[in-house]
Amino acid sequence: MGKLKAAFSKNLKQFVMLIALVVIIVFFQVLTRGTLLKPMNVFNLVNQNAYVVILAAGMLICILTGGNIDLSAGSVVAFVGACAGTFMITWKWDPYLSVALCLLIGLAIGMWHGFWIAYVRIPAFIVTLSGQLIFRGLTLIVLKGLTLAPFPKAFSALSTGAIGNFMGFLDPGSGLRNFTSLVIGVILAAALVAVQLKQRADRKRKGYSYDGLASTLLRSLVIAAALIYFFYLLANYTGTPVVLITVGIVLMIYSYLTSKTVMGRHLYAVGGNEKAARLSGVKTNKIMFLAYVNMSFLAAVAGLVFAARLNSSSPQAGTGFELDAIGACFIGGASAYGGIGTVGGTLIGALIMGVLNNGMSIMGISIDLQQVVKGLVLLAAVAFDVISKQKISFSFLPKLASRKKAA
Amino acid sequence: MAQALLEMHGITKTFPGVRALDNVNLTVQEGEIHAIVGENGAGKSTLMNVLSGVWPYGTYEGDIFFDGRECRFLNIKDSEKLGIVIIHQELALVPYLSIGENMFLGNEQTGFGGINWDLTYSNAQKHMQEVGLEESPRTLIKDIGVGKQQLVEIAKALAKNVRLLILDEPTSSLNDEDSINLLNLLKKFREERGITSIMISHKLNEIAYVADKITVIRDGSTIETLDNRAGGVSEARIIKGMVGREMVDRFPKRVPAIGDMALQVFDWTVYHPLYTERKVVNGVSINVRRGEVVGIAGLIGAGRTELCQSLFGRAYGSKISGTLKKDGKELLLNSPAEAIAHGFAYITENRKGDGLVLTDSIVHNITLSRLELVSRRGVIDKDHERHAAEDYRGRLTIRTPDVEQTVGNLSGGNQQKVLLGKWMFSMPDIMMLDEPTRGVDVGAKYEIYSIINDLVSQGKAVLMISSELPELLGMCDRIYVMVEGRIVGEMPRAQATQENIMDLIMQASKRGQTTWVN
Repeated sequence: MGKLKAAFSKNLKQFVMLIALVVIIVFFQVLTRGTLLKPMNVFNLVNQNAYVVILAAGMLICILTGGNIDLSAGSVVAFVGACAGTFMITWKWDPYLSVALCLLIGLAIGMWHGFWIAYVRIPAFIVTLSGQLIFRGLTLIVLKGLTLAPFPKAFSALSTGAIGNFMGFLDPGSGLRNFTSLVIGVILAAALVAVQLKQRADRKRKGYSYDGLASTLLRSLVIAAALIYFFYLLANYTGTPVVLITVGIVLMIYSYLTSKTVMGRHLYAVGGNEKAARLSGVKTNKIMFLAYVNMSFLAAVAGLVFAARLNSSSPQAGTGFELDAIGACFIGGASAYGGIGTVGGTLIGALIMGVLNNGMSIMGISIDLQQVVKGLVLLAAVAFDVISKQKISFSFLPKLASRKKAA
Repeated sequence: MAQALLEMHGITKTFPGVRALDNVNLTVQEGEIHAIVGENGAGKSTLMNVLSGVWPYGTYEGDIFFDGRECRFLNIKDSEKLGIVIIHQELALVPYLSIGENMFLGNEQTGFGGINWDLTYSNAQKHMQEVGLEESPRTLIKDIGVGKQQLVEIAKALAKNVRLLILDEPTSSLNDEDSINLLNLLKKFREERGITSIMISHKLNEIAYVADKITVIRDGSTIETLDNRAGGVSEARIIKGMVGREMVDRFPKRVPAIGDMALQVFDWTVYHPLYTERKVVNGVSINVRRGEVVGIAGLIGAGRTELCQSLFGRAYGSKISGTLKKDGKELLLNSPAEAIAHGFAYITENRKGDGLVLTDSIVHNITLSRLELVSRRGVIDKDHERHAAEDYRGRLTIRTPDVEQTVGNLSGGNQQKVLLGKWMFSMPDIMMLDEPTRGVDVGAKYEIYSIINDLVSQGKAVLMISSELPELLGMCDRIYVMVEGRIVGEMPRAQATQENIMDLIMQASKRGQTTWVN
């Protein structure tokens, strides 16, 4: 029991945010009279929010290094989209070559930012604010202020539409539109349960502390059920969105990177205490550099995904995206001082933002009011974090008390 | 006899795990200069922080009477209202504001609709004349030297109508000329304006010169108060009060088994990283053998930390010159990473500031400096890692329910053990320990000493900095004495006593071969 409590309080923020997510989903499900979880809407929800999740993964890495943010992400999204449009639409280049080039451009932009931030030690805020202006400006120059459309089919297919029903022959007559989606869901769920059980067995075999079988099973089965339900909903519409593959790969790579690798550990150390990290032999400058190279690379990925979804390169694409990503990280429990935060939490944060957006839009709430609500949610999430950490004892209270005593 | 301006009765202040002050009594008469002396960590600064309201009423036990009235300060503002002003060792001035702006910071000279700058600067000028500071009040703080900055602090105190001026190590960063000016200024204030001062200092010659009364504090208790009004209290007399304590089994026994030469340093010179013309370490040559504990004694600011940090892959300083040899082979270490790879470890004196990642777990802290030992191709084997951490938790008796515990939640002693564990995990040959028992209670100290003995018996070489002389005498086989960046003496354990080390330090500081450019 004590152990459970300790584990709970350690992950308090994430538990609370997970519960908040469920509450928000139920809330909008009721208010929208069931529209929120209609298969078509879930499909749209995934497509609308894919880019936020991708950007937020990169933003988390930057935030981990010490609460640094990247304000240029939205502009880089636009610039890479503009390059993609120019390569494929104007110059009719091969889509695969174009995609590769666009990713390289992302890396180059990241090196530019990383150089100034890590080696010249200009605050990230300033370097990326300058990047925001530079790359928005370059976008307008490249596109000459116009929108380019449409992209070749081969490009759009990379991140739009649904995975075909290639396993439809297995369908025993369920009446689902895309039975394959359900199969994917079941496979993922089964894999998840299997991995959890194997990890537990490994720990038991090697003689480390491990959770009880019941709690392990309960936890994995709840997540598995949620996964299957999600894919079942998608199966009722056109199927699993293709973009989910990209998002899934990004999430897997980055949660692995942050939790299992030396590089990830160094990220947390730099953000938690840069001086201590340096004296422990961590190459702090290199870590900072890589964080920003990575951020712009993921911004390039998001830029491609977003351009494919709109099926056009637009000069105003990506405006304000960086703020969505930053918001997702902080709602998901990242510390504004660095060193604390997880990919899982960030995903939850992004989903909370996404569901809020989508739910309010369905309800016909005006964009203006939506922004107010999102702003308040962000503040509430971070305030909760700060207050629960300080165990705030509103510092004027003891003072008042002792005044009275003295009087 | 003048009226007692300040009386502190039975002041006791505890921090988690440490009793910093234990029933301290202090009486200061109006119009005297009262010196407080004691070793580092004896509780002098804590006492002054209690007096000035840094530690508010309720966080300590005991009573404070000022001018015959009981005081319960809740913050510094409360004590300043009565005219008690403290000037800390680290000056609290804003470098990019002018002298006048600094002088009235928090006490702004406001007129109708904002700050009255004419009034500010004319008042500033007035107080600057009182302390003999010849500068424009509009000069920025960053553009004047440390000595003048100290004068600005005093002028700032005058602007607050000071009755009791507390100076914490006021001359520690001043050269001899500035120091003597400052001391004469205090005397002048006493004669002309009846301002009472409390001065904390290590420089016994200065104390003998300026103080009327000298209170000695040791291990958080007042030992004695000496009357120096007629002069005649010798430095030797003060030292006796400061260090005369019994030492019974405070240190675990060890039979020295000294082996080959492990670390040799020749003519090592380091300059300050920012003020690159200021020498911090000056031509130091030292050596440490395997199985040997070598201590470096000296006052805070003598350059001991800077020496070790610069040896540790040039983690400190600029324009570093000199030769570093390990096991007879010359090495050029350009980063802490290279130093670690060559078997060096530097255990910092400032575990919170640059030792531990407080937001992270015990496991993650222990393995941080040598993650490659628990990982393969950049991927961490978490089970292996946890196992290693559990191992160190057991060996170092780190008291915690779980190695996943966040380090920031541990007590000082346990944090210190995590820090030691972290560097033991890195498998070093040469360990440089910087104040390894700072802020650690007596029981944990003993455990840490045992760990150190254990390490040298495994053939590691230990270089240890400590400001607690008994600790050096109890632990080391050999002791170097460092003053103002230079090694001024070396003695084997048999010859070392607290008196002759202190004496060496005092002699060398008195000679005042200041090498700083001010």
